[in-house]
Amino acid sequence: MSVLNSKVPKGPIKDKWTTYKDKINLVNPANKRHIDIIVVGTGLAGGSAAATLAELGYNVKAFCYQDSPRRAHSIAAQGGINAAKNYQGDGDSTYRLFYDTVKGGDYRSREANVYRLAEVSANIIDQCVAQGVPFARDYGGLLDNRSFGGVLVSRTFYAKGQTGQQLLLGAYSAMNRQIARGKIQMYNRHEMLDVVKVDGKARGIIARDLITGKIERHSAHAVVIASGGYGNVYFLSTNAMGSNATAAWKIHKKGAFFANPCYTQIHPTCIPRSGDYQSKLTLMSESLRNDGRIWVPKNMDDVMAIREGRKKPTDLSEDERDYYLERRYPAFGNLVPRDVASRAAKERCDAGYGVNATGEAVYLDFASAIERYGKEQAKLNHIENPTKEKITELGEGIIEAKYGNLFQMYEKIVDENPYKTPMMIYPATHYTMGGVWVDYNLMTTVDGLYCIGEANFSDHGANRLGASALMQGLADGYFVLPYTIGDYLSNDIRTGPISTETKEFEDAEKEVTDRINFFMNNNGTKSVDYFHKRLGKVMWDKVGMARNEKGLKEAMAEIKQIREEFWKDVKVPGNANEMNPELEKAGRVADFLELGELFAKDALIRNESCGGHFREESVELEGEQKGEAKRNDKDFAFVSAWEYKGEPADAVLHKEELEFKDIELKQRSYK
Amino acid sequence: MSGFFKSSIGRKVAMALSAFFLMFFLIIHLAVNITSLFSVELFNQLSHFMGTNPLVQLALQPVLIFGVVFHFVMGFILEIKNRKAIGISYAKNNGAANSTWISRNMIYSGLVILAFLVLHFIDFWFPEMKLKYIEGDMTGVIAGTQEFRYFEELQHKFLSPIRVGAYVLAFIFLALHLLHGFTSAFQSMGSTAGRKKALQTFGKIYAYAIPLGFIIIAVWHHFNHL
Amino acid sequence: MNLTLKIWRQKDSNAKGQMVDYKVNDISEHMSFLEMMDVLNEQLINSGEEPVAFDHDCREGICGMCSMYINGEAHGPDRGVTTCQLHMRMFKDGDTITIEPFRAKAFPVIKDLVVDRTAFERIQQAGGYISVNTSGNTQDANAIPISKHAADEAMDAATCIGCGACVATCKNSSAMLFVGAKVSQYALLPQGQIEAADRVRNMVAQMDAEGFGNCTNTGACEVECPKGISLDNIARMNRELMKANLK
Repeated sequence: MSVLNSKVPKGPIKDKWTTYKDKINLVNPANKRHIDIIVVGTGLAGGSAAATLAELGYNVKAFCYQDSPRRAHSIAAQGGINAAKNYQGDGDSTYRLFYDTVKGGDYRSREANVYRLAEVSANIIDQCVAQGVPFARDYGGLLDNRSFGGVLVSRTFYAKGQTGQQLLLGAYSAMNRQIARGKIQMYNRHEMLDVVKVDGKARGIIARDLITGKIERHSAHAVVIASGGYGNVYFLSTNAMGSNATAAWKIHKKGAFFANPCYTQIHPTCIPRSGDYQSKLTLMSESLRNDGRIWVPKNMDDVMAIREGRKKPTDLSEDERDYYLERRYPAFGNLVPRDVASRAAKERCDAGYGVNATGEAVYLDFASAIERYGKEQAKLNHIENPTKEKITELGEGIIEAKYGNLFQMYEKIVDENPYKTPMMIYPATHYTMGGVWVDYNLMTTVDGLYCIGEANFSDHGANRLGASALMQGLADGYFVLPYTIGDYLSNDIRTGPISTETKEFEDAEKEVTDRINFFMNNNGTKSVDYFHKRLGKVMWDKVGMARNEKGLKEAMAEIKQIREEFWKDVKVPGNANEMNPELEKAGRVADFLELGELFAKDALIRNESCGGHFREESVELEGEQKGEAKRNDKDFAFVSAWEYKGEPADAVLHKEELEFKDIELKQRSYK
Repeated sequence: MSGFFKSSIGRKVAMALSAFFLMFFLIIHLAVNITSLFSVELFNQLSHFMGTNPLVQLALQPVLIFGVVFHFVMGFILEIKNRKAIGISYAKNNGAANSTWISRNMIYSGLVILAFLVLHFIDFWFPEMKLKYIEGDMTGVIAGTQEFRYFEELQHKFLSPIRVGAYVLAFIFLALHLLHGFTSAFQSMGSTAGRKKALQTFGKIYAYAIPLGFIIIAVWHHFNHL
Repeated sequence: MNLTLKIWRQKDSNAKGQMVDYKVNDISEHMSFLEMMDVLNEQLINSGEEPVAFDHDCREGICGMCSMYINGEAHGPDRGVTTCQLHMRMFKDGDTITIEPFRAKAFPVIKDLVVDRTAFERIQQAGGYISVNTSGNTQDANAIPISKHAADEAMDAATCIGCGACVATCKNSSAMLFVGAKVSQYALLPQGQIEAADRVRNMVAQMDAEGFGNCTNTGACEVECPKGISLDNIARMNRELMKANLK
């Protein structure tokens, strides 16, 4: 019997959450004001949780490293948020959203959690509208929907190309209301550097004031981690520069198991790297694949000619182009799921067909869409025998209306007009499905320590569907955690305030201070970024879109090596008692250097291909699916939860077996 | 409501209200003066009416003076407050990239207009007040004759080319002040009308026409004297 | 390309700052402005000097964290972009680039190019929200139809990223574009009507208390705003405040 207890309630899946909510213990309103909760991170999950917990009457202390909660990276989500509202009458339902999410996650998520997510999704939209989130509407004044990859219904709500921003500002406004009431105490520009456990329970954190450098102790009856994903382990990703895994990794080191670290989503449509100085990658919404056709040249001569500037992509005729997604996946074409599209791009570029100087770019071409829309518009406008120019003009108008802001963003970055020449795209790390292991209550393996949003592992399995991250963050923060945490806190009504003048706080603070002092006095010769870039390169090359045993073993050794060099030779300028961005980075990269190795180890033991995790050893060898990812349900239908034991290589694996009672396991096919 | 005018926006509104009043006054003032170009008689009659009518003199004139003083004082108060809000100024600031010189320097065009008003009061208003309310001469005629003195006085003032030059310069600054002020007042009053093409065109015409009218009057009298 | 940078250096909020000259070489025109700053910082670290502190996070123009005054303009010479989206192709080999923090009394410098914008936080806390609890039992989202026009206009106002370029650009350090955008978003939506009068009164009072200057309608903020927030939002706020006081 595993030490992991997922605490999934008994009963039929559709009643689990309702029945459970009816039975859990509650804290009486008068007692809530004697209970403190710390929330680390203020994105969609943390922000919504902090606001809701404060509304309920708890005293909340919220922490973020930015100068305002509004800047959390949830703000960068473009496309939309899913909800099973069935406003379009196209047959959507809670079950269908549940089913799509489990299938999209390649059957590696926990059924009960996903069902609950689908169940509360509709409430999220109601809540956000009540808060004044300006979702897109149709001419009748009702909410509009768009459709997203991998599903057959239209269930995505959106606010232009800035849905994440608007939802975050909604949660932020709810927080502001509670900050004004004094129910949330907001700590901007603070970074959590450790969790404090007292008698096995999470009772506080150690945080650094990023302006003064002061190390602070903060106590609470429960601690909630909502610090987002760890995509920056790759150095280059679509994450924000400050996005980090420190909070999640620190709690892992204090006893919280880390689940499925190898499940990473590599998003197929990002703007390619232009040089070694590149600091981050920019995502272009997946919706572009609705109208863009992806290709590389068929002949190597043309590839070279394009790279050297002798030819332009528009010079190539149709026969000289390889629309490889349409060729390999005739049924889904350019709309295959993210992981499949990403791997296909890598395959072509590895074969040498990449179209930019770095050899890591493929074309996303809108010419046929422009022509198609142009002809359609000409017909609608009763233009007889329109000229080619007129058709292009009309077509570009439609493309602009649909994707104008994305095209403008592309042009600003790449300095090429994507209406006239195909866009260049390449996959980039985008989201991490893995994270801290939590049970049905979203509690980690440490009592009183919760983890929500992207930071936990629970809902997306091995691959996340588009527009589901926002849904999960808000579901956890608004509707799940505020209930489940009450069950735990009901035992704490007589505890009284937690003192920070105890040995546990003292020890934790010392640990933090020692590490900072080490960095300040190390007098190394290499900057933090030097090590981070090296780590990123190993991760990308060997633990990236396609992984194999040999590469993973090498990666583990190399990461260990980089880590050792880092501790010997890292150089952190400035002082500890002032604003010091290099010191902040040093701490974060130190944690990435451990996480990266566990990541590779997890990828190594999972000798199957599922979702974002692709093992070259596990592919279909024959038949129609030849060469495609092969899942192994017999041996790998489990969540791998790692227990920290010192070195990442020594981490102990615990398995949570996944049961699929309501959904039949099937091989995904996009042929 | 008193709280409203203490707020930053309330003060903007007050500025705009006084501006509208002053812009209306400019039209009246110009309308009266322009008659001097073609009818001495009409000009004299209108001047006498304005100068002796108790309603104009005892009710409208104080309101006007209050309006002028208020607009200036509030303008200065806001300018001082705004300067305080800046703190350290930029080593390099490229204001021309995003706004017009006029809009950024209303205080300077305002100061020139203030200096002009002082001169204008010394020229016309103080002697008027002295004559009418201290010496008690409400007849409006040149001493010992039956003729109104207004046209005569007007022409006399514009004999000096220096004065005419000063007036013309001041009117140019008035034009600049109005070029921004006209549409700005609408914006402060909470109307986006000032950002619409039609009103912007009208504002431009107004901002050029009023000062131009005054300039023509001054120059015309300078050259057509005797 | 090779560049000379004149950068404001200030140790902390109490220290006196000054402009310091630096040289950077071999800058690619495809770099973003902040990547050029990364190159400078790497150079400074390697030569044992302290790197220049500057705010940045998402580097894709949406978080609102980056905030540099470049060659006399908030977010530099390009339009519709934040500092992080500005690219070096906007500059020429041999250029001297002046880089300063966003200036305003209400935005004190924390260090180098990093400023404290928490005044914006307090303005939002004064009323930038709709008072609705998270119950899961609010009415159905489609129970309040909102005209597409109003929803779109509210969305346009809501795209403000709170970077503070409006304040930095304004010759009066006025925050009215920022506050106007937030007031407008709620004023345009039926959900925001109930608290409209209190909201605008409280937010404007807080804005004044923070020491921001007054709007003189120069329109500079609208030009420099990376999200193109319209000046109409200030007019709407003025209207809303008048309405609130006439009640």
